[in-house]
Amino acid sequence: MSEHEQRTPVALTGLSADAPHLQPAARRPELVERVITILFAGGIILCLGFGVAYWQNWSSWTLGATMGGGLSLLGIGLIAWGKYLMPRGPFVEERHSLASSEDERTAFAAAIVERGGAVVKRRKVLGGMLGTGLGIFGVVSLFPVVRSLGPMPKGTFFHTDWKKGTYLVDITGRRVNVADLALGSIVTVFPEGMQDTDNGQAVDQTVLIRLSNQDFTTKKGRESWAPMGYVAYSKLCTHLGCPVGLYEQELELLVCPCHQSMFNVANGAMPTFGPAPRPLPQLPLMVDANGYLQSQSDFTEPVGPGFWERRS
Amino acid sequence: MSKTKKQYASPYGKIGDAINELDDRLGIAKGRSLLDKVFPDHWSFMLGEIALYSFIVLLLTGIFLTLYYVPSSSLVTYNGSFMPLVGQKISQAYASSIDLSFSVRGGLLMRQMHHWACDIFVGAILVHMARVFFTGAFRKPRELNWTIGTSLLVLSIAEGFLGYSLPDDLVSGTGIRIAYSIIESIPVVGSYIATFLFGGNFPGTVILGRFFIIHVLLLPLVMLGLVGGHLALLVRQKHTQFPGKGRTETNVVGTPMYPVFMAKTTGFLLVVGGAIALLGAFAEINPIWQFGFYDASRISYAVQPDFYMGFLDGALRIMPAWEFSGFGHTIPLEVFLPSVVFPGIVFALVYAWPGIERKLTGDNELHNLLDRPSLRPKRTAAGATVFALMAILFIASSTDVIANYFKLSLNTVLWDMRILTIIVPLLTYPITLKICREMQFAGAGKRKTTNIVTRTAEGEYVATPAPVYVDDAHHELDALVVPTFVIEGDESHTADAATGVRRAER
Repeated sequence: MSEHEQRTPVALTGLSADAPHLQPAARRPELVERVITILFAGGIILCLGFGVAYWQNWSSWTLGATMGGGLSLLGIGLIAWGKYLMPRGPFVEERHSLASSEDERTAFAAAIVERGGAVVKRRKVLGGMLGTGLGIFGVVSLFPVVRSLGPMPKGTFFHTDWKKGTYLVDITGRRVNVADLALGSIVTVFPEGMQDTDNGQAVDQTVLIRLSNQDFTTKKGRESWAPMGYVAYSKLCTHLGCPVGLYEQELELLVCPCHQSMFNVANGAMPTFGPAPRPLPQLPLMVDANGYLQSQSDFTEPVGPGFWERRS
Repeated sequence: MSKTKKQYASPYGKIGDAINELDDRLGIAKGRSLLDKVFPDHWSFMLGEIALYSFIVLLLTGIFLTLYYVPSSSLVTYNGSFMPLVGQKISQAYASSIDLSFSVRGGLLMRQMHHWACDIFVGAILVHMARVFFTGAFRKPRELNWTIGTSLLVLSIAEGFLGYSLPDDLVSGTGIRIAYSIIESIPVVGSYIATFLFGGNFPGTVILGRFFIIHVLLLPLVMLGLVGGHLALLVRQKHTQFPGKGRTETNVVGTPMYPVFMAKTTGFLLVVGGAIALLGAFAEINPIWQFGFYDASRISYAVQPDFYMGFLDGALRIMPAWEFSGFGHTIPLEVFLPSVVFPGIVFALVYAWPGIERKLTGDNELHNLLDRPSLRPKRTAAGATVFALMAILFIASSTDVIANYFKLSLNTVLWDMRILTIIVPLLTYPITLKICREMQFAGAGKRKTTNIVTRTAEGEYVATPAPVYVDDAHHELDALVVPTFVIEGDESHTADAATGVRRAER
């Protein structure tokens, strides 16, 4: 028998060691102890297994199973230990009021108001100046912190890289010829040279669709924009700027997978469903002598979602 | 044996000596009341612990991930172990995330554990918050802790979004694109905030680096401070408890910190960590290698954000296309209202609720005993209404999936969701009110005792309540003050010493 077990603990509050509060909550503590022993043994084995699994570079699920299983078994055992083998209680603790006495409060308020007042009253101008100075510093220091983060928006959202005579190329950089697309098919195009750039992919992206109607006009004033049934729209959804990536061929609808806005290709990409408020801007097209497609100009309105500076 | 005993000055041996040395320097013995601190027992008090422990898992797995992740959008030719990508030009961020998943030993497990821990963290905060709300635990003196908790929810959602954005896969890139457009929609200052934050038009080259440092340093620091404050206030103000035998506004009945609560809560930490590890091992989450790298001109179909962003996505979907334009300006109300104004109002309401309730009830008393939700029908109904609204919006974030799955028209589903968004919360309030009021009379919540059914000689069945077993775990004894033990015959300790210690307690 070790020295520790020979000690007889006595509660200072007069509670004897065999009082019901100090008994384990379990009706059969020996059984619980045996179960916990098994749990802990399993936990030890699995934690060792985790080390082995890592060392041997076994699969991710082996690592997770050993680690998760090991931790869980140790944890469940420990909870059971606390719940069933430790004193069942219940015990009580007084809740002392956090509030101070009336005198302490008065003294505190007096210290703040009177002592502070005595100093500030005589030095009002100084205090005001210090406040003004720190205030100015606070506002001024916002400029380098916020302003230096990025450029002013200026014309950022108003222009793309499409210009007069820019060739339409696909993602690999190949120019698109009028003979390339089957009727009813669609391809994503970029201004030549921009297909590999962030701005080209994010801002200039345009869908080119070949419709069966050769003399195609989507809207009044756009008579020359869609030569030989080729029509091009900005691929940026006017709702939140997702790429309008789905094309419903029979209904001639462009669909945005993000929030299901739909645009009628045959009618100037007017929105027919969903939260998009405006039609997709149309890119005016022309065909060069060899049959390659070019843009007549930039988009005639800002592409993508709405923003404050956008004129209606 | 006796030789070793003589080496120690304290009758409590090695540990006693160590305590003496520490007390000489720090006065730790005065903190004994912490050991005796009593924690009330109720299963619902463990919800906050789930949040705390998943936060610890997030910190630990997150540290592992930072050792390998590269926050850069510059392109590299991939030459790692994931064959489908070999030879392709992809961003360093995506390449390092793929390497983390396939080349770093244990990396995939850590990534998936981190993602699961995040979902569990936000979920646990929400459920914990519901417990605090419906039981009235936010009332005076705990309004400040309600505010801290709400801030933690907001920050955890922001952290989740930032972390989700970092791998630079196709789905997360689309998420950042949407976030950019939402910022752009803010009247007057939107374009400025967007170009400042992203260093120009979307996508720019700086955003991953900025998101990274906010995600791994700035917000975790703030959150750690808030978690510390949350717990410090909990210790200072002591935990609330449900009414029950011997429980009053001026005491706490439960289990003492040392060793009972410590054993249970440490065990629970291990179980939460273990459960997250098992999820990370067996439940695949965010398989970025299936989504592919981000290319602003490509998009995936039927991809939902993590659940805590669902209500925002749903609100964006069901909002009609009402864009305001005039006076040379555009206000994209179809974006600004559901994704900026609406969450702003909801969170402002949550922050303000303790004040609102104090105003409505005129109740300025201190409350340490919890309410049964049914006894506060109006508060319960108000909370249920907000939850119902959020749940409908969450469902509305998958209109396309619902339409596909049930072979319905997308238009029908959209309009159903719009109608439900208005009707369900409106119905939830009176129905919850009615249920609560009925429960008040049904004696609900009382512990049911066993009935013993006997058959009489005539064949009649009689049910009589069973007597309470003395050693029944559910039969509570009267609560006692946590006892301190000494070795019998230790002259240096007397009952006076014990009371002296107690007097020193706060």
